[in-house]
Amino acid sequence: MPQIIGVPKETAAGEKRVATVPEVVEKLIKLGFKVAVESGAGDAANCSDDAYRAAGAQIVDSAAKLWAAADIVFKVSVPTAEEVGLMHAGQTLITFIWPAQNPELMQQLAARKVTVLAIDSLPRMRSRAQKMDALTSQAGVAGYRAVIEAANAFGRFFNGQITAAGKVPPAKVFIAGAGVAGLAAIGTAAGLGAIVRANDTRAEVADQVVSLGGEFVKVDYEEEGSGGGGYAKVMSEGFQKAQREMYAKQAREVDIIITTALIPGKPAPRLITAEMVQSMKPGSVIVDMAAERGGNCELTEPGKVVVKHGVTIVGYTDLTSRLAKQSSTLYATNLFRLTEELCKTKDGVINVNMDDDAIRGLTVIKEGNITWPPPPLKLPAPPAKPAAMPAKAPKHGEASAPASATRTAVMFGIAALAFWFVGANAPAAFLGHFTVFVLAVFVGYMVVWNVTPALHTPLMSVTNAISSIIAIGALVQIAPPLLGGATARPEAWIHWLAWVGIALTAINMFGGFAVTQRMLQMFRK
Amino acid sequence: MTATLATASYIGATILFILSLGGLSNPESSRRGNLYGMIGMTIAVLATVSGPHVTSAGYAWILGAMLIGGSIGLYASRVVKMTQMPELVALMHSLVGLAAMLVGFANYIDPAAATEFTGAAKSIHEMEIYIGILIGAVTFTGSIIAFGKLSGKIGGKTLLLPGRHWLNLAGLLVVIWFGREFLHAESIDAGMMPLVVMTVIALLFGIHMVMAIGGADMPVVISMLNSYSGWAAAATGFMLSNDLLIVVGALVGSRGAILSYIMCRAMNRHFISVIAGGFGSESGAPAAAGGVQPAGEVNPILAAETAELLREAKNVIIVPGYGMAVAQAQHTVYEITKVLREKGVNVRFGIHPVAGRMPGHMNVLLAEAKVPYDIVLEMDELNEDFPDTDVAMIIGANDIVNPAAQEDPSSPIAGMPVLEVWKAKTSIVMKRSMATGYAGVDNPLFYKENNRMLFGDAKKMLDEVLVALKA
Repeated sequence: MPQIIGVPKETAAGEKRVATVPEVVEKLIKLGFKVAVESGAGDAANCSDDAYRAAGAQIVDSAAKLWAAADIVFKVSVPTAEEVGLMHAGQTLITFIWPAQNPELMQQLAARKVTVLAIDSLPRMRSRAQKMDALTSQAGVAGYRAVIEAANAFGRFFNGQITAAGKVPPAKVFIAGAGVAGLAAIGTAAGLGAIVRANDTRAEVADQVVSLGGEFVKVDYEEEGSGGGGYAKVMSEGFQKAQREMYAKQAREVDIIITTALIPGKPAPRLITAEMVQSMKPGSVIVDMAAERGGNCELTEPGKVVVKHGVTIVGYTDLTSRLAKQSSTLYATNLFRLTEELCKTKDGVINVNMDDDAIRGLTVIKEGNITWPPPPLKLPAPPAKPAAMPAKAPKHGEASAPASATRTAVMFGIAALAFWFVGANAPAAFLGHFTVFVLAVFVGYMVVWNVTPALHTPLMSVTNAISSIIAIGALVQIAPPLLGGATARPEAWIHWLAWVGIALTAINMFGGFAVTQRMLQMFRK
Repeated sequence: MTATLATASYIGATILFILSLGGLSNPESSRRGNLYGMIGMTIAVLATVSGPHVTSAGYAWILGAMLIGGSIGLYASRVVKMTQMPELVALMHSLVGLAAMLVGFANYIDPAAATEFTGAAKSIHEMEIYIGILIGAVTFTGSIIAFGKLSGKIGGKTLLLPGRHWLNLAGLLVVIWFGREFLHAESIDAGMMPLVVMTVIALLFGIHMVMAIGGADMPVVISMLNSYSGWAAAATGFMLSNDLLIVVGALVGSRGAILSYIMCRAMNRHFISVIAGGFGSESGAPAAAGGVQPAGEVNPILAAETAELLREAKNVIIVPGYGMAVAQAQHTVYEITKVLREKGVNVRFGIHPVAGRMPGHMNVLLAEAKVPYDIVLEMDELNEDFPDTDVAMIIGANDIVNPAAQEDPSSPIAGMPVLEVWKAKTSIVMKRSMATGYAGVDNPLFYKENNRMLFGDAKKMLDEVLVALKA
């Protein structure tokens, strides 16, 4: 019996996103599920009921009916008390919960005997989890939108231009915090042509900033700020002082500041003081992406755009909803990847496997029991450093290191002995042939050493054809001029042996050259 | 034609053969190289036939033999499929070996051939016959077995007789002993017995040697037999006091030896240990005991999703292996390449030196499918590009993309240079099942997070990918 995934219309004020989009509905159905969508759920994200219907979803006209029918509910924002009231035992809810900030909600949900997967509680250390990481996907959208909002409020071009009407300097953008949102903002602003600078307390992100076209501004103070889980931690007093000086300097220089600094479980750090705002050029813009958590700027008013000291301060808290189609699509894909993990059998029934680290971390309520916070992750033991590897073979055609002196000496000694032996015993005629032989070996070595490996097969078949030169041996035997009546020559035997020899080598001779020709014809640019 | 003129023609032929081998070193000059070889061969044969050693009584015989042999050869060269090239080459080696044997025997039983030699020269001449037949016999049966293994007529498994090294040693001692007897033989009839015994032992040794070598080592075996066929020609040259045979034999012999050496180095193994044989069977056990067993789950992928990944990629590297040859998938691979290149995707091929069953096997297959050779690159040329590659598609290859060679010092293939496909953003392995490659080593690549497995017959799966790409 396939389970029904229900997607209600979001009820939170200003929430325009929807938890799944028609493209993803198709994929969910392929996994074996049935999908029900509340009428109008996707309107704000440009997903019409018809599109959902075409993808195979059933449209349900009221929220109550949808919540009653669904075995699994996909949502975006934290459920309201009313929505919690619509839930029934055994149901599974997948959405943003923020369990640390919403203890009461957790109690209410637990009381309904439901299972809740909080997409915000995904353990972020695992790369396997990245495909389900909705925080990352949504932050990326917000970072993009923040730059667009800044550009909207800013009275000039972002990119520098030389026009007939004069020179336009490029906008200078400073981005505080180079997390996912910050990096998306850096990429977007650099793409628009602005000069982008960024700072983060975690020094290791400097490379990422540079790779996106930004310039990393260091705080003149030594301290490592990585707080685990991909977040920053609170820094020492000395560092904060140095950081303030740096921000004050940047505020005087740049046109646009975008702040993204957040510390988990704490109000957003105050980075931009009223004084700094005052020091900025008139017409400058600040986009405070931390507005919801109190703001990185002292003068931010959450949810509003205000102008203070001639500086526009954008405090929107719904940046993702302002790009509802994009954020919904990414969020829907995150949930689809999660569903894949929950339903490995592809039979339309989910299995909340608490032995799986990622799913254990996500599950905050399991059948009415609060399972949050999860036990600390057992991190995978770092793979043991491989012991010294055997020396890597030198590349083809590369000169190998000269052999050791003793080895060379021994080799030369043996060779000298061998040559002495040959010279002392062999007749002159043999030595002549021997000279030719040794020289030919060296010529063969020199000629072939640099062959491109691509031609090894044709080379092999051509040498094959060439080794049919042995035919000459057979040719000289088949009918030699008989000198002075040699006794009892087994004529017939020699004759036939030589004849077969010629026939065999002829196969090789003609076949070898012909097949080589055929192969070489095929090699073309 | 006088003897001096014949010798002068031989010098001309020698030069042409050297130019031929030299010309084969890069695709532009290769066709001309082959032409030089043909001209050289024609000159050599004509000079011999019209030279002082052949009387007009033999012309009809020679013509008959050439016609029969030549037509068989031309017919074979026309019908052979490119995937069967290793078999054809092995079979041709065996012919050279057999011819060397026959010529050796013919020379020995001809009393006229030895009349000019006395004393040490006679001993040397007999030794040359003995060694020439020995090499010829080993080449003959060794190549026949290699042919059988490559064409699947004989199982690819290694045959390991108990105490095989001792058997070989005993064989060698017997051969040396009879060699002494042979040199001391009073008459041709008396010498026949040791010669025949030695030939039988050499034939058996050829069988035994190649039977003990497993599938993945086949490229080395083929190039080694190639080298032997050259030495056989050189020995025949000594026997007949013919410098042309000596030079050409030495050229081919040293060339084959170099190629064997290159192949061995590509597998980071010693030549001796390859020849000693028994790769898969002996090294399997320590891998299980000491090695880090790869763990985790494999991520299967469908043909349609593969097509999606390819379509969205900017840089694609395709790594073909023996599986592509088996499935005859090279034409479909080319179609896919063509579609992707039209879309502006940078598609390249990465060829491991020992991919396939013969040196350069993959290059020939891709060339047959009309893949331009400038996008077919060697391992060393593109191994550094994998981090910038979006999709690395591995078709029927296993050991040559095994990260254990770099990561696990206890692995039997540790230190073998491999294509670093796991550094690509996504790697897709096309395989029938999770079975190990010829080396019998499990492949941790399959369990990497950025790896996807496309299970099924390579040809069928690639056809599906192609359909999805065109849709």
